Amino acid sequence: MHHLNKLDTKMALLEVKDLKVRVEEREILHGLTLTVNEGEIHAIMGPNGSGKSTLSHVIAGKPGYEVTDGQILFRGEDLLEMAPNERAAKGVFLAFQYPVEIPGVSTMNFLRTALNAQRKARGESEYSTPDFLKKVREVSKSLNIPQDMLKRGVNVGFSGGEKKRNEVLQMALFEPSLCILDEMDSGLDIDALRIAADGVNALHSPKRAMVVITHYQRLLNYIVPDIVHVMSKGRVVKSGGKELALELEASGYAQFEDAA
Amino acid sequence: MPAVQETVERVKRIDVDQYRYGFETLIESDKAPKGLSEETVKFISEKKNEPAWMLQWRLEAYRRWLTMTEPTWARVDYPKIDFQDLYYYSAPKPKKTITSLDEIDPEILKTYEKLGIPLREVAMLEGVEPKPGEEDPARRKIAVDAVFDSVSVATTFKAELKKAGVIFMPISEAIREHPELVQKYLGSVVPTSDNFYATLNSAVFSDGSFVYVPPGVRCPMELSTYFRINERNTGQFERTLIIADKGSYVSYLEGCTAPQRDENQLHAAVVELVTHDDAEIKYSTVQNWYPGNSEGKGGIYNFVTKRGDCRGNNSKISWTQVETGSAITWKYPSCILRGDNSRGEFYSIAISNGYQQVDSGTKMIHLGKNTSSRIISKGIAAGRSQNTYRGLVTAHRKATGARNFTACDSLLIGDKCGAHTVPYIEAKNSSATFEHEATTSKISEDVLFYCIQRGLTQEEAVGLVVNGFVKDVLQQLPMEFAVEAQKLISISLEGSVG
Ligand SMILES: Nc1ncnc2c1ncn2[C@@H]1O[C@H](COP(=O)(O)OP(=O)(O)OP(=O)(O)O)[C@@H](O)[C@H]1O
Ligand SMILES: [Mg+2]
Repeated sequence: MHHLNKLDTKMALLEVKDLKVRVEEREILHGLTLTVNEGEIHAIMGPNGSGKSTLSHVIAGKPGYEVTDGQILFRGEDLLEMAPNERAAKGVFLAFQYPVEIPGVSTMNFLRTALNAQRKARGESEYSTPDFLKKVREVSKSLNIPQDMLKRGVNVGFSGGEKKRNEVLQMALFEPSLCILDEMDSGLDIDALRIAADGVNALHSPKRAMVVITHYQRLLNYIVPDIVHVMSKGRVVKSGGKELALELEASGYAQFEDAA
Repeated sequence: MPAVQETVERVKRIDVDQYRYGFETLIESDKAPKGLSEETVKFISEKKNEPAWMLQWRLEAYRRWLTMTEPTWARVDYPKIDFQDLYYYSAPKPKKTITSLDEIDPEILKTYEKLGIPLREVAMLEGVEPKPGEEDPARRKIAVDAVFDSVSVATTFKAELKKAGVIFMPISEAIREHPELVQKYLGSVVPTSDNFYATLNSAVFSDGSFVYVPPGVRCPMELSTYFRINERNTGQFERTLIIADKGSYVSYLEGCTAPQRDENQLHAAVVELVTHDDAEIKYSTVQNWYPGNSEGKGGIYNFVTKRGDCRGNNSKISWTQVETGSAITWKYPSCILRGDNSRGEFYSIAISNGYQQVDSGTKMIHLGKNTSSRIISKGIAAGRSQNTYRGLVTAHRKATGARNFTACDSLLIGDKCGAHTVPYIEAKNSSATFEHEATTSKISEDVLFYCIQRGLTQEEAVGLVVNGFVKDVLQQLPMEFAVEAQKLISISLEGSVG
């Protein structure tokens, strides 16, 4: 972060060390290392199938992945020892590449149930109904989400863009300390992209870090990263400043295929 | 739906394999000798001070029953029941006529308190009236008839109902006080010869509720009966008869619990509903009999015959049920759509977990012209349970313009359970339109993980997803029941995943 001078010691929020992950007997991540400090915005780019979503799932604790080697620390604590809902309560949030639909469960009810579950797990008091409604109204207004949408089943019949906005809404509501956004820009039109990105930027704070997974440099015009990583074949093969994204856009991933 | 939140909390507090209502009340009881014979039937009739016609009716049913055999067509499997090894009548002692709640054994009152059932109408009248402008449906008045083992122990709000002209009393009292009504309607929907369990019930039923709503009256409150089986080796055979006369309306709620026991207990009830012209009955059940433990030991055998007769034109009967309990459920609340333009509805949530076996559904018999029916069934199977929907929709030759819509959705949790849909459709005239939709799905891992990533535990996530799945049906329940049902759904799915 440019406004921090060198004497500031940055707190590491997320440390992924030499992570190896298998899915159905096949190794997908082959020793991945990544450190994200508080207040930083990281972008992860890389070709289809390079393991970006896999990494985000393993950090969030999705079942079905076998970690065969390496470590993931969150504020120095072993994340892999925690149940996925504990990780959520500790502040790990994943905006999914493909958000699911939950028929019959209104979005409003879902938001409230989830928020209170997290607060309870942290030993905080639950929100009262009026406080909760006030908060949701504020946040949804800033994201241009109509109240009517919140009455509908979670993501049921939502357009692609609406689903993504609903992810950002939850992020804004839960105020996590680590936000992983898996292709939040896919399926968004230009206006929706700007609104969603503004929502994300509004959450940017010295204590909060973002990991933005994307294929397109365009998103990074709105959410400006401190560090860009290139992933290929299950590893981070190059890291650099935001200009790396521009370079990639110009020349593609071919140059990294050999490095991987 | 804040109740989801409550569900979630309650699930957290309760251990798997713990049935909340599984306590036993230690009271002395007055039992008929074990086994079934003409003597048993006479004993029951005598205990109830019944008139001679009633005893005759019972004895005819008993003789008929001797010639019948247990049905085997349902997809349920259980060891043969020894009908001579049961008690057919058990009443809490001391046995004297109860005139006010104060004379009820305090132990029984305590039981109902534990169940969360307010028998003290005083308590209900004081401090629970919503303030003007403040609609609090969860605190509406409900008249309760509580049946403990074989007898009705208390009916509340009698006076207020009487003012409206509504008769709501134990059927044993109605037999003595309103013989003309009982004689006219009893067995007119479910004849004594109907089926093995209904016939058995006709011979030995001990109590239950009776409701008569006079013409043009909208019953001023929900009527409710709570059944509780307490005694060991006691069959519970209650009989409910509800009549809605022309242009009247009544909503009736039924709830059930039983203590936790190793042996199986038998429950074989009969419910008869009659609606005359322009009348409507809404009948809601939350069935939570003891389902047996996680190894499949114990639990209630629930063999129930429920049938409504839309006898008048433009009349309507609506069944809503939430079935979470019982080791075995054999139950098909049905509607005979006799009157022209009459309408039958069946909304059902049937949840099975552990080793439970559920075979439930409905029959819609279209006899009158332009009759319509709607069936929404949600089956949820978890653990090693089997959950079958069995439905019959028929249109008689003269039932022109009959319409039915059926939607059966099944949700599977885990891969050791089964869901089955067995619809029979039969139209004897070409103007009938029957629509049938059915889906079976597995609870999605991705959906569960999505919820868990947002902070919910696995069980909370299952509870939330299942409550979403059954929402259409929950909405049919009166508010206070819907809240209770939502809690039950989550509790009954404990330990179903992971
Ligand atoms: N459940 C699974 N079973 C088998 N293979 C899987 C599974 N999940 C991921 N993979 C494989 O792991 C590899 C990495 O997939 P992942 O979804 O992480 O890629 P990605 O970088 O997010 O790609 P995209 O840019 O297309 O979203 C792919 O080859 C994929 O097919
Ligand atoms: Mg991906």
